[in-house]
Amino acid sequence: MNWDVILDPATIQLYGEGLLVTLQLLLSSLAVGAWLALLMALALTSQQAWLRRSVGAYTFCIRGTPLLLQVYLIYYGLAQVEWIQQRWDDVWPWTHFKEPFFCALLAFALNNAGYTAEMLAGAIRETPHGEIEAAQAMGMGRWAVLRRIVLPSALRRTLPAYSNEVVMMLHSTSLASTVPAMVDVTAAAGRIYSDYYLPFEAYMAAALIYLCLSFALVGLFKLAEGRYLAYLAPRRH
Amino acid sequence: MSGPWSIHRAAAPARGWPPDYVLMTGYFLTILEGAALTVAVSLASLLLSILLGLAGASAKLSGRKTLVAIATLYTTLVRGVPELVLMLLLFYGGTIGLNSLMEAMGSEATVDIEPFSAGVATIGFIYGAYMTETFRGAILSVPRGQMEAAWAFGMGRLRTFWRITLPQMIRYALPGFTNNWLVLIKATALVSLIGLQDMTYRAKQASAATREPFTFLLFAAGLFLLYTWVSLWVLRRVEARYSLGTKRGQL
Amino acid sequence: MNASDYKLQVEDIHKRYGQHEVLKGVSLRARAGDVISIIGSSGSGKSTFLRCINLLEKPQQGRILVAGEELQLKAGRHNGELEPVDPKQLQRLRTRLAMVFQNFNLWAHMTVLQNIIEAPVHVLKIPKEQAIATARKYLEIVGLKGVEDRYPAHLSGGQQQRVAIARALAVEPEVMLFDEPTSALDPELVNEVLRVMKLLATEHRTMVVVTHEMGFAREVSNQVIFLHQGRIEEQGDPRQILANPKSERLAQFLSGNLK
Repeated sequence: MNWDVILDPATIQLYGEGLLVTLQLLLSSLAVGAWLALLMALALTSQQAWLRRSVGAYTFCIRGTPLLLQVYLIYYGLAQVEWIQQRWDDVWPWTHFKEPFFCALLAFALNNAGYTAEMLAGAIRETPHGEIEAAQAMGMGRWAVLRRIVLPSALRRTLPAYSNEVVMMLHSTSLASTVPAMVDVTAAAGRIYSDYYLPFEAYMAAALIYLCLSFALVGLFKLAEGRYLAYLAPRRH
Repeated sequence: MSGPWSIHRAAAPARGWPPDYVLMTGYFLTILEGAALTVAVSLASLLLSILLGLAGASAKLSGRKTLVAIATLYTTLVRGVPELVLMLLLFYGGTIGLNSLMEAMGSEATVDIEPFSAGVATIGFIYGAYMTETFRGAILSVPRGQMEAAWAFGMGRLRTFWRITLPQMIRYALPGFTNNWLVLIKATALVSLIGLQDMTYRAKQASAATREPFTFLLFAAGLFLLYTWVSLWVLRRVEARYSLGTKRGQL
Repeated sequence: MNASDYKLQVEDIHKRYGQHEVLKGVSLRARAGDVISIIGSSGSGKSTFLRCINLLEKPQQGRILVAGEELQLKAGRHNGELEPVDPKQLQRLRTRLAMVFQNFNLWAHMTVLQNIIEAPVHVLKIPKEQAIATARKYLEIVGLKGVEDRYPAHLSGGQQQRVAIARALAVEPEVMLFDEPTSALDPELVNEVLRVMKLLATEHRTMVVVTHEMGFAREVSNQVIFLHQGRIEEQGDPRQILANPKSERLAQFLSGNLK
């Protein structure tokens, strides 16, 4: 096995650039997805049936189809819509559809939002009813109850499941390598493979990078859980 | 045809509007053929993942340090590396690795890992780790007294597992199992990236050939949704069958 | 009396968990038709002793003989616990000793009938029709004709325990072991189970019963063993030792004061 190529500075630089792209994709998808998820979770738990049903249909489709198909639909599908093509040279925001990064980001963010919305909605539904009643008894209106009681509690309780979703999102970013001209860690490994014909070493290096990132993420979330979910921990004194 | 939702038609065959339905039907049929391949990959992977899951769960529950360590390494690896990377590693790296191994052993033969095996091996391997956790939790949920009664009546370990532990464990394992299965069938789309001509591969080809990406990609997406729906229906029937004899919590 | 006269012979059982010794040399001998009650406060080791007899708990020291056949034991790797030399011998001997558990332990996914015929069909290899006939006979004896197709979760505690007794009877054991059979039952349901156990005693079945029910110990058993902190403090005819306890601890236990 030839590891010298991997340890070559040029190769390390390539992986480094890929790592940057991966992290950029991850963080921006999570940022966009989180806000979308919040809005969708509120829709899923609203009193209005049409809101629940339409957003519910959306999450059903997102969770029922592979991410790869979703990436294709946005990159090949949306990007081929004539109306968008006419505008993507000068009209903002359609200019972004020319960029592969944007298409990948959109696909990942929408996917992330779908899963996170269901998790958050579930946590909102499971908020102990007594806490809501106590808030109402003190004269809080619907929005106040939501803002001060339900959401802080639900967001905390979603944390363990969300940590899984974040790691899943990290893994999903590897699909950016299927979008032409996107060079993330996986695409970098692919480049090394095609340049030097060393698939085992190339993908092994990629695997190690992802492994370290996953551990780092899990560690961060354990810290967060220690702080934000301390009230649910077993009694120690 | 202009307006927001018309599809770009610049390179369509010169047959005008409406599009050639014969050609389109041909593509739909080939996608359906690909769907059969998708189902085959998913079922084969499921079988492998169940076997690995049972082995992994037994290893983790055995209490023997080496076995627990191996099983933990296995689940950690799978959770830390993306499915696509594992698949590419196995498919591209595996062929070369196996051939080097054979060379080192002095053999002249060459091995070729073809996409179907690589896909099934990877997906089975990955979901075996998730099944390990699901089965482990389910086995731990079966009350110990059930096994003790079996032992007290002279049943050996294997018979106890087969007649007593396993049937009850299925009930506890079903929610996690269903979830793993639903994620698994979506993961099979990745085999299109190593050249296996499944549903996703053919849908992408058809899109490129006819410049009608939405039609074919949405068709493939629809087939996945159908597959999900049928799976849920089957697994709900299984859950009902295995819940005979239990009391449901009343709300 | 030589060994083969005893249905069950348990000699000098020592059991410890970690460093904590719970049984410090307890023995028991049962002839055919004996009904032996084991009494004592919690922590005295009585359930542990019973579970050592069919090796659900593994003692560090001791001998077990069922109908004259000795279970071959050897020292094991975990904390010096004894292990069977031949697991098949253990399985065979276990079919000669049937156990009734405090928490019934009926197999939840099987019907009453399936619970009772499981061991006869799959362990004793008795033909299914014969096993079903036997099962129905014993269901009637315990007073539960007609529930054979119900699932355990749909029966009351007393009914479940009686099914467990029928399940134990169905393997036609040499000795029946009862581990606090009525402790998990509501008071109103205790009597229906005790009634069945009395019936079995009158049929001259050999029974070893760990129990809190002093009435049963006094009226039905012909031998009582009082365990205290892992040792036999006193044993003998219930009519004598329960009415006139020789040891102070037994006197305290009977008056409800033993700590």
